[in-house]
Amino acid sequence: MSAPSQEPTIQEELQNAFPFLREHIKVARERRVFVETPLENFQEVFEHVVKKMGFSILCTITGLDMGEKLGAIYHLARPTGVILSLSTNVSKQAPVIHSITPYFPAADAYERELVDLLGFKVEGLPAGSRYPLPDGWPEGQYPLRKDWKASMLEKDEGKNAQ
Amino acid sequence: MPNSKNSDRVRISVGPQHPALKEPESFTLALSGEKIMESSVRLGYNHRGIEKACEERTYVQDLYLIERVCGICSHSHSTAFIQAVEEIAGLAVPKRALYIRSLIGELERVHSHLLWLGVAGHEVGFDTLLMYTWRDREVVMDLLAALTGNRVNYGINTMGGVRRDISEEQKAQILKAVDILEERTRYYIEVATSEPTLINRLAGVGKMLHDDAIRLGAVGPTARAAAVDRDVRRDDPYAAYGELSFKVITSDKADIYGRTLVRVGELMEAYSMIRQLVKNLPDGPVTVKAPRRVQAGEAVSRYEAPRGEDMHYVKANGTDRPERVKVRAPTLANVQAVSHMLKDGYLADLPIVIAAIDPCFSCTDRAIALREDGGSKRTMDWLSLRSYSIDWHRKRGIDFTDLNKRFRAGN
Repeated sequence: MSAPSQEPTIQEELQNAFPFLREHIKVARERRVFVETPLENFQEVFEHVVKKMGFSILCTITGLDMGEKLGAIYHLARPTGVILSLSTNVSKQAPVIHSITPYFPAADAYERELVDLLGFKVEGLPAGSRYPLPDGWPEGQYPLRKDWKASMLEKDEGKNAQ
Repeated sequence: MPNSKNSDRVRISVGPQHPALKEPESFTLALSGEKIMESSVRLGYNHRGIEKACEERTYVQDLYLIERVCGICSHSHSTAFIQAVEEIAGLAVPKRALYIRSLIGELERVHSHLLWLGVAGHEVGFDTLLMYTWRDREVVMDLLAALTGNRVNYGINTMGGVRRDISEEQKAQILKAVDILEERTRYYIEVATSEPTLINRLAGVGKMLHDDAIRLGAVGPTARAAAVDRDVRRDDPYAAYGELSFKVITSDKADIYGRTLVRVGELMEAYSMIRQLVKNLPDGPVTVKAPRRVQAGEAVSRYEAPRGEDMHYVKANGTDRPERVKVRAPTLANVQAVSHMLKDGYLADLPIVIAAIDPCFSCTDRAIALREDGGSKRTMDWLSLRSYSIDWHRKRGIDFTDLNKRFRAGN
């Protein structure tokens, strides 16, 4: 059986530490908290949640095409079962985020997904092979962007053939 | 003779297509003699664009597509996905349906763990174990086929519940099968804890200590075998797990032997859960009416698949198609630990180290002959296949009749 409800304390602690988050914390149900933070505060909120609030497990990172912007949701969990989904967004013109591999070394696969599928630029991402697209994939094509269609790949195929 | 200079190292590639691998992935190894000094992994050869495809299909179509993310833990993915959709849509799924979901989920775990035990046996040259476990696995495969209509990709889930109910006769059938499986599993536990061939081959191989498992984000039996006491079924209960009593099996051996003990232990827990689910199956409907369009919203869903935690994120935009579906399968979380486990091990251990995280590869469906009209002479049942095999060998001068008689007499 799970521990007594932790969500109200999570909400309170976050609001006290970061007053600007007041309107941006949503408790969807038991064990599910969603928090939205501006990019400039992301690093401090992320560090606080991971280091001081016990969200020591990274489940994955979800990337989103939100039209003008790209979104990234970091799904963090406590060993007791609560998931805090911390989201932020960047403009498509400068889609730069910082790598969280200093906190979670295994996050590189999830960050490479953001790079390959949505066109994020991740600063501090360790060198390594790309994931999950093949090496010969045409540059500038991001399959999870809403305007991407498989037909764009066929048109580009001749150009990038090796 | 130890070699410390990098120039003495030999670099070899294993994969993406290689006899030692069951699915396409590519390892680059730096060897000093037979010892693996460094390794790196390249994935993505199986990328099929399912997340993108989900955005272009309706929720119901997606359910069937998502089920095909994996050929072994198909019910895991389908349940993880539909739980998220139902949460956004605000559907109250009937209790009986939740029990059936957990029931199919535990039967799936039984077939997956028995499959793994066989693969592990095969990878260390203990093929008798493969033959035994895969024979016994047929008991649960037949049961899944009887309950859902399919050996894999059961299609039991639907939005708002399950598509098939369970009858009283089926309940009896399940309990009977579980008795057989439990007896066989007791035998495997005996083999795993007393057979020196297996213990000596697996103990100390593919080491990953507790802190490394946590640091590298390992999940499922791979993490639990390094004493990481985590299981989504207990920590973040879904379906009927909140109402079941079960133990989370861990081991502090932190090697492949530990991963074996965790999986056989989980088989025994699964039988206990299946009995509880059958005994306490609530009355009532198995589905509620679900809308075609799902209101805008988002949900995160987790599921303890046989290989570890599945995570799905679904974002809805008010139409009949999702805005975004994100799937994180347990292998992606565990494969990053493989490089760590390979380091300082021997090249010959590579196949079992990789197999020990139970990476997910599609298992091939095969047909079951359900027709009894006698029209198909090409299908053989178990007994006729067995007698065909005995005759085939006898014609070539190999006859075990006397030997079998002596065994039965206990000589």
